[in-house]
Amino acid sequence: VKILFKDIDEPGLNTLEVYERRGGYRDLRKALSMTPDAVLHELETSNLRGRGGAGFQMGKKASFLPKGTMDKYLVCNADESEPGTFKDRELMQKNPHQLIEGMIIAAYAAGTNRSFIYIRGEYQQQADILENAIAEAAEAGYIGERILGSDLTLSLVLHRGAGAYICGEETALLDSLEGKRGNPRLKPPFPANQGLYQGPTLINNVETLSTVPHVIGMGGAEYAKIGTETSTGTKLVSVSGTVSRPGNYEIVLGTPVREIVYGLAGGPPEGQTVKAFFPGGSSSPVLTGDDLDLAYDFDTMAKAGSMLGSGAIIVIDDSVSMVDVALWTAEFYRHESCGKCTPCREGTNWTVKMLERVESGLATPMDLDIMASVCEQIIGNCLCVLGDAMAMPVGSMIEKFRGEFEEHIEHARERAGLGVSLPQVEPQEGGPYPAAGVAA
Amino acid sequence: VSPAVRRFEHGSRVPGWDEAVDLAKDPAKVPDPATTPVDPDLRAEIVAHMAKYPDHRSATIPALAAAQRRFGWLSPEAMEQVACVMRLTPAYLDSVATFYDMLETEPKGRHDVYVCTNISCSMLGARPVLDALLEATEDDREDFNVRAFECLGACDIAPMASVDGVYVGPLEPGDAEAIVAAVRAGREVLPDRQLIRRPVADPQANTAVPGPPAAFGALEDPPVPPAGAEAAAAHGAQPMTDDETREPGDEQTDDEDDA
Repeated sequence: VKILFKDIDEPGLNTLEVYERRGGYRDLRKALSMTPDAVLHELETSNLRGRGGAGFQMGKKASFLPKGTMDKYLVCNADESEPGTFKDRELMQKNPHQLIEGMIIAAYAAGTNRSFIYIRGEYQQQADILENAIAEAAEAGYIGERILGSDLTLSLVLHRGAGAYICGEETALLDSLEGKRGNPRLKPPFPANQGLYQGPTLINNVETLSTVPHVIGMGGAEYAKIGTETSTGTKLVSVSGTVSRPGNYEIVLGTPVREIVYGLAGGPPEGQTVKAFFPGGSSSPVLTGDDLDLAYDFDTMAKAGSMLGSGAIIVIDDSVSMVDVALWTAEFYRHESCGKCTPCREGTNWTVKMLERVESGLATPMDLDIMASVCEQIIGNCLCVLGDAMAMPVGSMIEKFRGEFEEHIEHARERAGLGVSLPQVEPQEGGPYPAAGVAA
Repeated sequence: VSPAVRRFEHGSRVPGWDEAVDLAKDPAKVPDPATTPVDPDLRAEIVAHMAKYPDHRSATIPALAAAQRRFGWLSPEAMEQVACVMRLTPAYLDSVATFYDMLETEPKGRHDVYVCTNISCSMLGARPVLDALLEATEDDREDFNVRAFECLGACDIAPMASVDGVYVGPLEPGDAEAIVAAVRAGREVLPDRQLIRRPVADPQANTAVPGPPAAFGALEDPPVPPAGAEAAAAHGAQPMTDDETREPGDEQTDDEDDA
């Protein structure tokens, strides 16, 4: 079943003319002929879960917005910076009107009158394409006052970021959109009550909003038949890493991971096997080659101790050292930590320093325990989950590949001429323990 | 350590963290429009950005980006002009500018070359590519701002780089010279390896499009906005009934038969 990708490479699909010929904006007309509550009901029936990472039900989130005539906002989170994720880029570049149509329908259902697309600054070509599409849609009367003769009035502004991973976090995104440093806010209050400019705000991912027209078009109940009971519909997965055909694939939720990694993406190069993979972007705890037969949906991934996240599968084969992967992961989060909360700011920095010691051979296996405890103390102790997003994967790598880390330490110590890390002496009864790490 | 993040003593990312503050100096105020000359084009651009938002402060990032395009980097002079138009203090703008990676508060090269060094790219050899690009531009820091960057969201063409916003990949260290030469000559960078011309990887996508999808690189025009009209006209002849377009049921291709 292809929904988002069914005509993605149609030449000129980014123009209004072709999009309308492909049936575009027909679902908007259908939505506007219904009451907002009925549209909301369709979204809730479809059980469409947010595609940005958290997997919260979109219809439910939209229903949290208070009723009333105050200014309400819809923000599309297009700050796609989760390492390994590149699905929104494809949607915005090739089918921008689908996103715009979805936003108008979502705005109608949630009763918002101003909307924004926050796109990451690096996506310059995609932002230009979107900007043109927005201008076309406004020209055709899909954006503005009394859209298509209905009561709906909506403005749409494209806002370009300037390079900060943290701005993908919804409250940091709002701060950034207000022209501040992108620091996350304390929750609650949640954006549905107090978001952008302190007004009620609905924030959704590009893929979620792009799916909205199709949900309305086929009906929520029909959409809910696709996929599994709790993970309905199709999902774009971005497969990257050591596979022969990296790229975006649209799968039905519940497809086995093996089929995605081997069947669609071609698997690792000849002679290599999958050692580990991130199932949902670099923030998700890694799973090993043994987990390849799990079904790819929200609940199965959560049960396996990881998460579906943004749907980015990064495949790591045997030839890659887990120590390197852990270091690259930690370096990224150290750079991207906004610095507001101490556990994250310091914890990411210390983890990088310790991993560098592991890399160079200055560490002992005891450092792995310290690192695990640092990770443990980051989790749940910050305003947002950026620190957790480093601690969970790095912690899982140490846990699942501890042997490899220890082996790496011994080899690196040997190369550096430091001798074995642990003196091969049993502690003496009543005597002092030999000091670890100074055996050379 | 990757050369990506500039770090000073004790891991601080803020230059001058250890310099004492001059307590005798008054804090910078919102610049006086009567005595602050502002580039008219820049002013017009910032004012247009401010008009788009309910709160004009939201235009901070677009305004700083505009100033950076105009001045090359966010010099104190540039900051003052933005502050003057937006009625904000330069210190506030500085706090914002230092937060974002694409805004530079120190002189930088004219052309931005961002090399992604995140997990997927690094696994496939991004760091040698970065080194090669750094080496190729070593003697020309005025023209080139080569730096490692966080995940740029293009792991399908890993290892990749963004050259003035144009994504190219997969790259090899040997491509560095070609990239540098193309930028110097003002030519398109590696036209056959630009992301924007790449069709989607999913072999079962485009089920609603008649005919096979164009092969990689075979698209005549990248789907860049204004050019779209011609492409649309060229393909307008294909009959496309409405029934074909929005029927989820009729494309039940076997998702299971690949493997």
